[in-house]
Amino acid sequence: MTERFIQLFKETLEMEDKDVQPSDAFREYEEWDSLGQLSLIAMIDEEYDVVIEGKPFMEIKTIGELIKTIEQLKSAL
Amino acid sequence: MALLTFDQIGIAGLAACVPSNTIDNLTYTDNFEAAAVAEIVEKTGIRERRFALPGICASDLCFAAAEKLLKELDTDRSTIDLLIFISQTPDYRMPATALLLQHRLGLGKHTAAFDINLGCSAFVYGLSVAYAMMQTGGFRNVLLLDGETRSRVYSPKDRKTAFLFGDGGVAALITRREKAGKSFFSLHSDGSKSDYIKMDAGGYRMPSSPATLEERVVDEYGNIRTDEHGYMNGTDVFNFVLSEIPKDIRQLLEYGGLQISDPDYFVFHQANSFMNDYLIKKMKVPVEKAPSCLAQFGNTSSVSIPLTIVSRLQQTNYADKQLLLSGFGVGMSWASCIIRLSDCLITELVEI
Repeated sequence: MTERFIQLFKETLEMEDKDVQPSDAFREYEEWDSLGQLSLIAMIDEEYDVVIEGKPFMEIKTIGELIKTIEQLKSAL
Repeated sequence: MALLTFDQIGIAGLAACVPSNTIDNLTYTDNFEAAAVAEIVEKTGIRERRFALPGICASDLCFAAAEKLLKELDTDRSTIDLLIFISQTPDYRMPATALLLQHRLGLGKHTAAFDINLGCSAFVYGLSVAYAMMQTGGFRNVLLLDGETRSRVYSPKDRKTAFLFGDGGVAALITRREKAGKSFFSLHSDGSKSDYIKMDAGGYRMPSSPATLEERVVDEYGNIRTDEHGYMNGTDVFNFVLSEIPKDIRQLLEYGGLQISDPDYFVFHQANSFMNDYLIKKMKVPVEKAPSCLAQFGNTSSVSIPLTIVSRLQQTNYADKQLLLSGFGVGMSWASCIIRLSDCLITELVEI
């Protein structure tokens, strides 16, 4: 899951040539902006069929936490 | 559950009017860097919008559309028993704009008239009211007018909303139509999300004052607006649309005993291309079945669904077409319907 998610994340934010680690605080990437955020929400919905609500989403800091949240939402389906 | 069926009620004709004053989004404002604006235009798909000139109201756009429609349909105005005006940008706080239009259009005192105050969901909501009133048998014809001057609602210094909204007005005549067969509607609301899209000041909860007109920086991106400007949290709205709209459409299709492959056209509220394209893809609706007028007119709130029909499907043969309409936005409020257009007159677009 982690490797695949990071690949999709990089494609979504158009940062294929960058090194992305689960511990990264993704909001600090220079590619991160509000449009990137919408693209990420769309990608997560499309690939994992889950929607992370606005407030919990704002509390997620790292790629690893993002993956954990998706896994929790998926197991609750 | 707000699922409704109507029988043998249909739209006799539809007309739309937009201001001729055209705004090129790339040169609209120099408040932001050109590269940032270009990216917004690309993602939203909104290249141009129409802005009503000072002195022109939503009701004026509806009036022009209604005159065109009633003339082309050769409607006897004394047979219009109900006039509904849909808008969140009315002429006055009182009286309701429907009354001003009843007089201006030369309709009789026997005509019932009132306003409906909803945003992007309002055309479908208004249509459900018109169909329901017609179904009672007490009305011969209903004139449904829907107009917005959303260009005046948002701050040109707030990039979250500055490049999205435009103006327009439409008129639809609802009548008895045997061939229209059954139509299906679903209506929803979720007021817990009322702060997703909102204008704080100018009502009675926060009356207008010198303070509400003061510009201030509202976020870490340096966006500037007053309390009398609308604001929108795009991320929350996007999440809302992904969670609710496909579910609503699937539920409505099931209620009507139809498949996703049945409707000839899907006309969604024109929010922005990013959201609409994703919604179409998620719903697996063929792109050619989902017309869009975003590039030309932007997001015109409740007007966007009928404006898309008039501007994009005017050449289509409307002898018999099944349409699924879905509107969603401020409230949050959302509504969908499946209607059959049978010998429906769609006029040429009016510009004033």
